[in-house]
Amino acid sequence: MTDGSTSTTSHLELEEHDKTFLDSNELIINMGPQHPATHGVLRVILKLDGEKVLGTECVIGYLHRGVEKIAENRTYAMFNPYVDRMDYVAAVSNGLGYCEAVEKLLDVKAPPRANYIRVILTELNRLASHMLWLGTHALDIGAITPLFYTFRDREEILKIFEKYCGARLTTHAFRIGGCLYETYEGFEQDVKKFLVFVAPKIDEYEELLTTNRIWVERTKGVGKISGKDCIALGVTGPVLRASGVRWDVRKAQPYAAYSDFDFEIPVGQNGDTYDRYLVRMAEMRQSLRIIRQAVEKIPEGPIMAKVPKVIKPPVGEIYHSIEAPKGELGYFIVSDGSTQPYRVRVRPPSFVNLQALDVMVRGQLVADVIAVIGTLDIVLGEVDR
Amino acid sequence: MVATLKRQFGSGIGEASTYLGQDYMVVDRSLIPEILQVLRDQEQFDYCVDITAVHYPSREKPFEVVWILYSFARNERIRVKTLIADGEALPSSVPVWPTANWIEREVYDMFGIRFEGHPDLKRILLPEGWKGHPLRKEYGIIQQDKEWVQINLGIESGQ
Repeated sequence: MTDGSTSTTSHLELEEHDKTFLDSNELIINMGPQHPATHGVLRVILKLDGEKVLGTECVIGYLHRGVEKIAENRTYAMFNPYVDRMDYVAAVSNGLGYCEAVEKLLDVKAPPRANYIRVILTELNRLASHMLWLGTHALDIGAITPLFYTFRDREEILKIFEKYCGARLTTHAFRIGGCLYETYEGFEQDVKKFLVFVAPKIDEYEELLTTNRIWVERTKGVGKISGKDCIALGVTGPVLRASGVRWDVRKAQPYAAYSDFDFEIPVGQNGDTYDRYLVRMAEMRQSLRIIRQAVEKIPEGPIMAKVPKVIKPPVGEIYHSIEAPKGELGYFIVSDGSTQPYRVRVRPPSFVNLQALDVMVRGQLVADVIAVIGTLDIVLGEVDR
Repeated sequence: MVATLKRQFGSGIGEASTYLGQDYMVVDRSLIPEILQVLRDQEQFDYCVDITAVHYPSREKPFEVVWILYSFARNERIRVKTLIADGEALPSSVPVWPTANWIEREVYDMFGIRFEGHPDLKRILLPEGWKGHPLRKEYGIIQQDKEWVQINLGIESGQ
């Protein structure tokens, strides 16, 4: 570089010099697969013009375990624990979707008590998933404190899971036809105590971030996507709702016991990272509302429907989807009348949502790519299956 | 809806029925992608939930490709199915729904079904250069591309 104080070159000449000195061509850089901000093993190839993103390409599949192939070689019941390992931070939701799909295929309905237990645990899991998202997303952007707060409070949810079924993460909480375990002694008190405990904690997270100037500047207007683009790209879940589309499978096509509860679907307007943050925060409060109602009026009765010991659904096919914390999680199951599914297709929300990354980061800065990957809330175990 | 479509497309629309409360219809391969376009524009099926395939090796046309569609306005789902022979390609539906891009790549990766007009049809979950399409029925559960594993990972076997 030319030293301005001793140089006699004019301003114009300096620019000429810079042109050859600094390469102004497009730059291709590689992010991941081993990168702390990609939430697993995601590789993104970025095409850059300086700091500006011109395009991206995602390289995925590093965690591919062939879940759909495994399903064809296991019985219906044996495959149940495998689904927990897709979105491993929301294992309860995965299990619920799978069990309900097979129940539909068998044409049985889980008893009301089982459905209430399912709703309580699934909503607790949604909270746990959103807490993990918030902590890691804030960490990516540079706020370290929320991570400690959310992990501290998420622990209370995992404790309830552990007491209920013995596992904290890959819970295998439900069985085809209902629940295997009755609630433990003091389950309702534990859940109620948790609700009282966690409500002010969510306010606390908001205090840390919602009006925090750094947070607002890093998220507002970043990774914008319109509702129309979301629908065209098949994006669902909080990302779709933050773009102003009021759609939630729990309301549109209620499953389990969701039609019994009073709750709202929070939506955003701008479809940016900040709105997605607000939507998820509001969703956490709605989950509390659902759990509160469910635990108040949990009915007595059996927890398991009459399901044959050997599950052999009649020949046919079914598509069933639920609102997982990340979006629409669907199972398309084809039965040939045998004990093993002929084909299981998982419609993973993370996989489809990740496709929107390119649209969301074009024209933005490299640093925003990190923010957008965080805001999409992907779990690579589910993307790759 | 099915009646209108039948009037429009004639015998190209085969079986259209409901199983366990879910609608589906089997259409002739030649109607793809027009029927998808019509479903999106006229019948408001604006959200393509999923595209997948099922392999029936003993059938004359062994692949059944399934489009699962959803309409926000009607709050309804429908499955459109078509049967194709091994090696037969299908027109891509990326122009209809951009979301089909990755989903069709996965169908290609897992079944080897080609989509004509797809902007970038290549493997998505398995590495480039892998041999075989794992969700075909003849592909064994522990089968792998040994050569690829040995060359690229430097180990005898991935098992």
